[in-house]
Amino acid sequence: MNDDKPLLDIENLQVRFATRTGTFEAVRGISFTLGRERLGIVGESGSGKSMTGRAILRLIRSPGTIEADRMALHGEDLLSVPEKRMRQLRGGKISMIMQDPKFSLNPVMSVGQQMVEALRTHESVSKAEARARAIAMLEEVSIRDPERVYDLFPHEVSGGMGQRIMIAMMLLPNPEVLIADEPTSALDVSVQLQVLDIMDRLVRERGMGLIFISHDLNLVAKFCDRIVIMYAGRIVEVCKASELRNASHPYTLGLLNSVPDLEHPRERLEVLQRDPAWREAPSVSART
Amino acid sequence: MSAITIRNLNVWFGAGAERSDAVKDVSFDVAEGESFGLVGESGSGKSTILRAIEGIAPNWSGHVSIAGEVLGKRRSRQFYRNVQMVFQDPYASLHPRQTVDRVLSEVMGLHGFTDIDSRIGRLLDDVGLGSGFRFRYPHQLSGGQRQRVAIARALAPEPRILLLDEPTSALDVSVQAEILNLLADLRAEHNLTYVMVSHDLGVVGHLCERIAVMKSAEIVEVLGVGEMRKLEANDPYTRHLLESSIHSVR
Repeated sequence: MNDDKPLLDIENLQVRFATRTGTFEAVRGISFTLGRERLGIVGESGSGKSMTGRAILRLIRSPGTIEADRMALHGEDLLSVPEKRMRQLRGGKISMIMQDPKFSLNPVMSVGQQMVEALRTHESVSKAEARARAIAMLEEVSIRDPERVYDLFPHEVSGGMGQRIMIAMMLLPNPEVLIADEPTSALDVSVQLQVLDIMDRLVRERGMGLIFISHDLNLVAKFCDRIVIMYAGRIVEVCKASELRNASHPYTLGLLNSVPDLEHPRERLEVLQRDPAWREAPSVSART
Repeated sequence: MSAITIRNLNVWFGAGAERSDAVKDVSFDVAEGESFGLVGESGSGKSTILRAIEGIAPNWSGHVSIAGEVLGKRRSRQFYRNVQMVFQDPYASLHPRQTVDRVLSEVMGLHGFTDIDSRIGRLLDDVGLGSGFRFRYPHQLSGGQRQRVAIARALAPEPRILLLDEPTSALDVSVQAEILNLLADLRAEHNLTYVMVSHDLGVVGHLCERIAVMKSAEIVEVLGVGEMRKLEANDPYTRHLLESSIHSVR
């Protein structure tokens, strides 16, 4: 792992939405860096984890605003670059995989067409080469008979296959950072692991940085190197995935204990008691 | 007497060449007061079984009896009181323009209750909401609170059997824990029988005593929760499912 220079460097990121009843702060000043590693961001709905992922790609729509002291990819300031450059970076350098392939694949384009489109937006390659690379990529995500799948439409593939197609499409232009926002929560348990294994293998082989956003602490612990736990728009705890069992913040412990566990049954599940002090505590920095 | 007896249940959609079988030759029994789980992948037919019991699956054949009543095309008023369903997504299953009060009183009105006013207060207390929530609209409630309202609605006609279709999969883990505790309490309090569908073996293992594993429209195995915890499954598919669910940190 190459630790000397981070790919992404984010300091004091804030995402705000102006509403009729005042300003809503979705992300309240978080700082983290991403090297060639797998970083997990965990939290409940509304904790700001998805907003963080979108803010990196400047995908927050008005009335939302993004502010940060620093948000840089390889030293290039993402906040000040013009929209034209941002479009090159999106998909080209930083890619995002969304939750449900049913909504993120274009329903009226064949799988192959949209993969080729994604590639040719970022690289000038001939149609024939784009096709060959798309098929090779489909094979890499363990799709049997990629030439057949190339001509299928999204409604003709299963959820697990759809998500693998998404992964293939996103990795095709060789980005350096992949943001995966709940990539498997719309899938069945039995295919979840398979899809994650494929994503994990490709990310490691290519030495990419991965931001894995999920609500499932156990899953993140298995697939990430470092874990950031978010609560109410702030980071409450940062730890190595291997040291999650030694986590100390009551919120982290609460999340861990509220999961019903097949191997260790409990009479009653622990219910998270929220402490208002967590919301006010300053954000922990996840910069390395 | 068992609460639910199902023999050779078939459910299908479409006809002729278009016909697709959603449930094939499924048989099981659920005893009074038992909690029975159905697990399997999406498309394996687990929710369709619940819909067939409830009477909202269009085409089915086989023998289904609920508390001694053999079900046919027409079902008695008693059946609709006895069997209630809780759906997966509390964001979709509550009418957005009706208050909690309206949702609950409509159900009770349909089933001929007269002391609706005092019952609503008790129901809301039962599901841990309190009467402060009585005149709220769904958009004023969080996901967990909505699911509590959906459970209150299901409990309103004093049913004996609750059919739970992925009752917690749209919720956060911390809220899921609250709802699972609530379901366990209500079952003990009202002596309810549960049939629960879920893709999460942890959830099913927590609430159910016996679990049926489904794959491509058929039940491949029925096993007790004890066997499941010890990973004693005979069928390779069940073993695969169990292995993919075990990933806890502690």
